[in-house]
Amino acid sequence: MSGLAKDITPPSSGAPMVRAEGVHKSFGLAHILKGIDLEVLPREVFCLIGPSGSGKSTFLRCINHLEKISAGRLYVDGRLVGYRQQGDKLYELKEKEVAAQRRDIGMVFQRFNLFPHMTALENVMEAPVQVKRESKAVARERAQRLLDRVGLGDRTGHFPAQLSGGQQQRVAIARALAMQPKLMLFDEPTSALDPELVGEVLDVMRDLAEDGMTMIVVTHEMGFAREVGDSLVFMDDGVVVESGHPRDVLTNPQHDRTKSFLSKVL
Amino acid sequence: MTDTVDKTPAPSVPPEQIKAIPVRHYGRWVSGVVVVALVVLIGIAFSNAKINYSVIPDYLFDQGIVSGAWTTLYISVLAMVLGVALGVVLAVMRLSSNPVTSTVSWFYIWFFRGTPVLVQLLLWYNIALVFPILNLGFYKDEMNQVMTPVLTALLGLGLNEAAYMSEIVRAGIQSVDEGQTEASHALGMTQGQTLRRVILPQAMRVIIPPTGNEFINMLKTSSLAYAVQLPELIKKATDISSTSLAVVEMYFVACIWYLFLTTIFSIVQYYIERRYARGSSRNLPPTPLQRLRKNLGQWGSFRRPEVAR
Repeated sequence: MSGLAKDITPPSSGAPMVRAEGVHKSFGLAHILKGIDLEVLPREVFCLIGPSGSGKSTFLRCINHLEKISAGRLYVDGRLVGYRQQGDKLYELKEKEVAAQRRDIGMVFQRFNLFPHMTALENVMEAPVQVKRESKAVARERAQRLLDRVGLGDRTGHFPAQLSGGQQQRVAIARALAMQPKLMLFDEPTSALDPELVGEVLDVMRDLAEDGMTMIVVTHEMGFAREVGDSLVFMDDGVVVESGHPRDVLTNPQHDRTKSFLSKVL
Repeated sequence: MTDTVDKTPAPSVPPEQIKAIPVRHYGRWVSGVVVVALVVLIGIAFSNAKINYSVIPDYLFDQGIVSGAWTTLYISVLAMVLGVALGVVLAVMRLSSNPVTSTVSWFYIWFFRGTPVLVQLLLWYNIALVFPILNLGFYKDEMNQVMTPVLTALLGLGLNEAAYMSEIVRAGIQSVDEGQTEASHALGMTQGQTLRRVILPQAMRVIIPPTGNEFINMLKTSSLAYAVQLPELIKKATDISSTSLAVVEMYFVACIWYLFLTTIFSIVQYYIERRYARGSSRNLPPTPLQRLRKNLGQWGSFRRPEVAR
């Protein structure tokens, strides 16, 4: 069933793929993240759950520097995200250096964010051709293969507006994979989908997990978290309330806030 | 709720066609008559005027008029190209986080939108008062030699247009969903790549209709360049009228040419808009030509009707 493995870049070491040390994030006066410490190991499927406004999406967006963190340190594959440390001074990275860091981190959005003026195939080819300066032939060949893998080999010439939500999200996953990332971030990938379309997207993600992709998934799909997840973190009000193996946290939550959240969603 | 539903099957008698008396729209008839009457009155007034209509066809394809129309067309196109190119740059500068570039852009727009284009044309015409000698290092000449009517008109009209275009482009850029920028950045694309490959192509859909409007405006505004001796349509028409004494008749000739040029351009605009609607609607409507061909195909049995693509 799997076969996406060819597009996975192996992590450079056994060290954590993502390490957060006391990460804070404020928007003006709003203090969204209040000190997040966690580690995501290579090949791990790491699920983030929590009520809306708890900061889980914000944290995900900090990992590829779509948001700048206000305090703390955030490392991806051993490298500081968005900054360079020399001695005890931090230097902001230039735009090009940030872009280079993001190449290795795929991201899938709640609202797909496919490029509407490009076909499915062009969407998947775009970044390899523009960013990696790959030849169109090579990029097209891989894009076709990736769209085949997500079950859309016959939809390559369709524009996003001609695809269902589930199909669009699968194209978006293929688009992120085309950059052969070390890490995939999923920001509520099924929340904008009709219930009967959720399954097809989760199936693709399950395949990806079986192929050993390191994944951080912000989700409300507790079934997916339990079956596929290796670790699970429950966040509330900008802090990690509880973490552990998904089965343990979901079936035997220790904290009251976790219990009350799970009683509402399960 | 459900227990009141009638269980008997509906009778299979075909329903009787409704034969109702349609609402009478007397207002339409009245207003139609009024419009026709007005048109006739205005027509009579114009035909009784002291205008020698018979000379209009004689001058419509006069060599001077045709060359004037050609000048009007190419100066409009060139000024528009300059305006769009500079307008995009100004719009990007305006939206930039760099305070220097956004302020420069703000002042440019403030000045060039805030002063009459005729004055700007005359300023370029007299630029030798400020810079008597043009010295580019590799090129040096008297400014009066450099500033030909064409260059004067191009700078005057183009730089003015850039200020308007930059506001149109800015609106277009801002109309594109922020998620597009995020997706593009997340893929590792730089700001420039994002703008060029993702934002501008989508902004085009918003930018093109007002740009077409601007171009049609430009075709007519270019007539102001007659003040800087550009041999465009109005200049040529006035030149002829000064010898033929058919003043108003020559303006009519010019108007026919302006109407012709704007009509042609409106058709071009339709096709450009259609091109950039790619991806925004599921199915593009057929073009008038495709519709015509399809209808013809249905009439003649020799051609199978085609599905419009």
